[in-house]
This record gives sequence, C-alpha cells and structure tokens, in this order.
Amino acid sequence: MKKTGAEILWECLVREGVEVVFGYPGGANMPIYDAMLSYPVHHVLVRHEQGGAHMADGYARASGKVGVAMATSGPGATNLVTGIATAMMDSVPVVFITGQVAAHLIGGDAFQETDVTGITLPITKHNYLVTRADEIAEVIREAFYIARSGRPGPVLVDICKNAQVETCEFVYPEEVKLPGYQPVDHAPKASLEEAVKLIEKAQKPVILCGHGVLMSKAEEALMQFAVKTQTPVASTLLGLGAFPASHELSLGMMGMHGEVHTNLAIQNSDLILAFGMRFDDRVTGTLKTYAPRAKKIHIEIDPSEVHKNVAVDVPLVGDLKTVLTDLIPLVDEYDHEEWKKEINGWKSEADARSIMNWEEDGKLYVAHLIADIWKATGGGAIVTTDVGQHQMWTAQYYQLDKPNRWLTSGGAGTMGFGLPSAIGAWFAAKDQEIWTIAGDGGFQMTAAELTTAVQEGANVKVAIMNNSFLGMVRQWQEFFFEKRYSAVNMLAPDFVKLAEAHGVPARRVTKREEVDEAIAWARSVKGPTVIEFRVEMEDAVYPMVPAGSALDQMIQRPVRAG
Amino acid sequence: MNYTFIALVENRPGVLNRVASLFRRRNFNIESLAVGRTENPEVSRMTVVVDCPNGDMDAHKIEANLYKLVNVIDVQDVTRQPSVTRDLALIKVKVGPERRAEVNGLAEIFRARIVDVAVDSVIVEITGTEDKIEGMIELLRPLGIVEMVRTGQVSMTRGVTDGVRRVPGVTGRYDDVSLAAMVP
Repeated sequence: MKKTGAEILWECLVREGVEVVFGYPGGANMPIYDAMLSYPVHHVLVRHEQGGAHMADGYARASGKVGVAMATSGPGATNLVTGIATAMMDSVPVVFITGQVAAHLIGGDAFQETDVTGITLPITKHNYLVTRADEIAEVIREAFYIARSGRPGPVLVDICKNAQVETCEFVYPEEVKLPGYQPVDHAPKASLEEAVKLIEKAQKPVILCGHGVLMSKAEEALMQFAVKTQTPVASTLLGLGAFPASHELSLGMMGMHGEVHTNLAIQNSDLILAFGMRFDDRVTGTLKTYAPRAKKIHIEIDPSEVHKNVAVDVPLVGDLKTVLTDLIPLVDEYDHEEWKKEINGWKSEADARSIMNWEEDGKLYVAHLIADIWKATGGGAIVTTDVGQHQMWTAQYYQLDKPNRWLTSGGAGTMGFGLPSAIGAWFAAKDQEIWTIAGDGGFQMTAAELTTAVQEGANVKVAIMNNSFLGMVRQWQEFFFEKRYSAVNMLAPDFVKLAEAHGVPARRVTKREEVDEAIAWARSVKGPTVIEFRVEMEDAVYPMVPAGSALDQMIQRPVRAG
Repeated sequence: MNYTFIALVENRPGVLNRVASLFRRRNFNIESLAVGRTENPEVSRMTVVVDCPNGDMDAHKIEANLYKLVNVIDVQDVTRQPSVTRDLALIKVKVGPERRAEVNGLAEIFRARIVDVAVDSVIVEITGTEDKIEGMIELLRPLGIVEMVRTGQVSMTRGVTDGVRRVPGVTGRYDDVSLAAMVP
C-alpha cells in the first residue's frame, strides 16, 4: 500500500513502541505534523527545542526506552544542539527527527536551511540525511537500533520536505543490515582468565561503577560480583543508584566532589575494576598520580574508551552484564576484611567535617535541604538536577538505593537540564514522585517549560536553591581566583510570581522552620509546584579536588569551632 | 611516528566526511589519505597515514574510533604488518632539449617514466615507496621542479587475511564476529 513519507515515519515510530514525542512544528516538518494526527502518539509541544531535547533525554533515562524529539529545519534544529550533545556525552538513546528543506533546494541557502547533519556529526552516534520517501522506513529502523544498542547514544534523522510528502510502497524492513556496526557481547575467554588472575592477587580492590552498569541493566550482576568478592564499590556521578548507597560495600561518589574515603580508597588500591565508566577527568584528577599502585581491569562496551585516558592491564570489551555474568563463576570468594577496615578508618575522620553533623544555626544550607527532601520522599523519588553546586550536593546527599532515578547532565554539564528532563521523566513514570533540584541560574535557562508542565499536567516538584550567585563559578573564584568575583552576582526574578504567572503554585522558604511544611505542601499538590529556598550565599561544595590535582589532594570543609 | 591504517568503508555519500571529521574531532593530523573503489562496488577502501606523537596509544585511539563509525566495515593498523606500500607522483621538471637526457637517465635509475614532453618541460611519473619518491624528488629539484602531484600512500598486506574482524585494543578473538559475513 502506498503511503506518504510522513505516514511511513509515523508507522515506523509506532512499530518502535513510541508513545510520546517532544517537539515543535515549523515550515519544514509540517507534513510530519499533519500525518501525526492519524497516529496514537502523544505529542508534547515544548516552549523551546532545547527543552524538547532534554525531555526526550529525561524520558529515555527514566524509562530505559528510546526518547524521541522533533524540530523543524534551521533554528529549530540548531536549538536542539545542546540537548543532542548532552545525550551524546551521557550515552542516552534519543532519536532526533528534524525537517529539512526540499532536496532540490539543499545547498542553495534556502529559507531556514541549515546543514544539520554537518553540525551534529560530532555530537551524534550516527546521523542521516533522508532525501527520498523510500529511504525512511529503513533509516528509522536503523536509527532506533543504533540508538539503543551497543553503547547507546543519540541518532539524528534529517528528513527533506519532499521526502515527507512523496508517496511510495511501505515495506517495513524485517531486519537491520549494518555491516560495520556489530556490538560485541561476550569478551574473549583468554581475557577473562587474565582478569581472574589479577583478582586473585588483589588485596585492596575497588570497583568503579559507571553509567554503563545502568545502561547494561547490570545492577544485579554488579551486586553478585561485589558481594562474592567483598569488593567496595565507588560510583561515578552517573553511576549513582546502580549500587544501593545504604549497602555496606558502597563507598558513594568518587572524583572531584567525591567523598574523602572513596578517593583515598582508589588512590591506595592495588586493583581497579572499572565497570562501564570512562575515566573522565572529573573522576581521576591528574592522570600522572592516578591510582599509582593499582592494576586495572576495564569492562567496557566501547573499544575507543579502552586505554583512552588510563592505560589498563586487562580490557574486557563487551556488554557489561554479559561479561560480568561470565566472570562471576570464575572468581573465588574473598573477605578483604583489612582493606575494608582501612577504608572505614578514613571514613570516620571525614565524618567529623561533614556539614550533616553541624548544629542548626538558622541558616539554610543546600546539603541540609537535600537531606530533608530525601527524608520526606523516603529516598525513592526520581531526582533531576541542573549543573553546579546544587547538583553536587544532591549527588552527595540524596542517597539512592534504586536505579534510574537520578537524572543529571554529567559529561556535558548542561545548565537548564533539570526542569525539562523532569517533565520527560514524568511521561515515563507518571506514578512516581519527581523532584527537580535547580539553581537560580540554571532554572532561568529553561524556566519557560513551566507552562509545558502545566499544559501536560506534569506532576513535577521544583526546588530552586537560590543563593543569588552562579554558585559553582563563585566557589572557583573564591578558591582559585583570590575571591575576585566576576560576573557571578545574579539578579533573579521573583520566582514565586514567575511560577504563578505560569499557573504553577509556588512558595518561598527563608527560615529553617518553614522547610518541612513547604516540602509536605509540595508533595500534597497534584501537578507542578515550585519552592524557592533562599539559601546561604557563600557556601561551598566540599570535599573538592582542584582541577588537575591528584585525587587525594582534597580541599576539605573547615572544622567548625564549638 | 607515522602509522598506516586501512579502512574498508561503505561506498555512500558523506562517508569520507565522517572519517575526516573524526581526525579533526580527535585532534590528529592526516599525513596522507587515499580513497578508491574495491573489487566490491558497495565498498570503498581508504589508506590513511597519520602522525601519532604518542605512538601506539594514539594509534589505538585512531583505530578504535574508526571502528566505531557505523559506515566503517573494517579497520586495521598495518604499520607493523608485512605489506606492500606504494605512492604515485607526477613531477613536472623545467628542462629544455639540452637536459632531457639527464632527466631520462635519472628516471631509468628509479624505474620512473617520462610521460609527457613539451618544449621546455617534461613530466616524470614515478611509483614506489615514499622513500624512493623522496629520493627522486631530491635529485630532480636542482633541475627545477615546477609542479608536482602525489596520490598519497596506498597499502595492502601480504598473503591472505584470516577474515576475522578484530576489536581494537583486544588481543583475544571474538569468534562470532567474522569479516566475511559483514561485507555486503
């Protein structure tokens, strides 16, 4: 049966199980929007394409499915770019579908023509320019397969307007033929045996748990391996939630704002087991002195991540869950009692400096507020963040026991990610409680999506940590630029009025005694709410490994007198 | 040190751009890049010579990132493999009739050929390894080179390969991944 290219697109999206798309119509994708009316897919009209990209990203992270965002050509597509790069850096499966001018106009600088496949080449896992209707079915099939398989990532499909309106016979391709794309599952047996030998010799092993654990759904396998070998588990920012924070083997977050005992454990270890992580500079500090005595085993799906930043002794290239499942029966049981004791010694020292052990002084500290929200929600909410101080405090104090509830822009560090990703997550988990922790700076970047939340009835709770500063930049200026504050004092709008103008009930909290009641109020309202917390202006995130320093050179929170 | 990679890629628009973009994105300088058809109309073949300041670590990065491109069917680092390597140059030398014999003599020694003769110039065609061509250029230079073009290096390993697609950075073999099955 003959169909238009636009109809074929929707036929394919429905077959991929797409239930919701986030997008914005315009000249070059109008045939797609016209055909959409005949298909059972919910469309969320966003206020800015960047918001749409982050919503699709948040949906994908919370659901484990492929997210879909749409935009028109030219500025519509270029507005997606930040969201595409965010998904790329964090390996999130999102398919972006953009309209393009008619094929015969390409190269002629037509109205709203932009070389979108050229622009997005380095920030997509793969991309396509479609000029004919009969290419659409195959391309969409491939796009979803590439986005979700192997190391997941964003795929962009740019569809010329003529391809949307022309008709052709619709044949759904039974299989994907990609000769150069064959992700591997099992690691070679010889490599597994080499890994086992290193594990046998280790006295001070540490597991580094990355985003790959979640992507590969290897949480169970990780738990089995860790418990069987009694190996402590440190987590990257994006790996949080993959291993329960309350487990006795959990070391919490590593890296620049990781815990002291965690970073010391890594620096003193004799074996690093890196699971689905990529030795980002924010987790290693300077590479010259990184884990100097440790042998390294790296389980990783992407061969280009092996030896990229840190040369490893045994690379196990394959799907993490498959490789771990193969490895577990080959390893013996260990107890590593002395090593765990040594780590616990460092831990108690750090506790003395923890802000959580401070006595109340009437001021609002973000760390305390995160702990309050954690308590009120039983630690079970989906939490999204923007980027900066509040993000690190949330990573430190919203202690996650369950996976896929922690949505944050790690690799790209994209401000404005929090609110839209929460709206996207709501479509994946409407029965779950969803909180966005934002700073006053990042929130203003995508605040327009509040209306989207209202229009869709998205039940997301926004907590703005307003310190009237771009807090993390201010902290760096305090530590590394002799407190010469440059362009960090930020005048914010009246967030309560702003929220109310969007139709969102809102409150402002300035005193400690108002906190619990405000959180309870937000939880009792059905639909979006905003709470603005006026927090301590010049608090800093501790501990901190200055960029380029060794991982055990940490600036710690000063011990409080009295 | 220069490393040589052979990549089999899908013969379709934009693939060369993806490969070239990768080198820019990962901050490597291409010394030479030669692309052409193969015995299979759906497959093109690239020989890429790249300067790798950090030696094998850089070479691994390049190989693994090429491997990752969806349109790249296979990639091999052949730097240390026994292989035949050739480059072709056309060199136009400004010589009149009185010195043609001199050029001809040099060409014979290098097993090059004179492929065009004009009143005041000749074109020499030479095929060989980079060293051989450089040697010839040095000797022709005093006579007055006015124009030169080179194809860039092409390489082919000796013998028949085992048809196994290797995963970069891994010494062990993935028995289930066969190159033969992957070429369309």
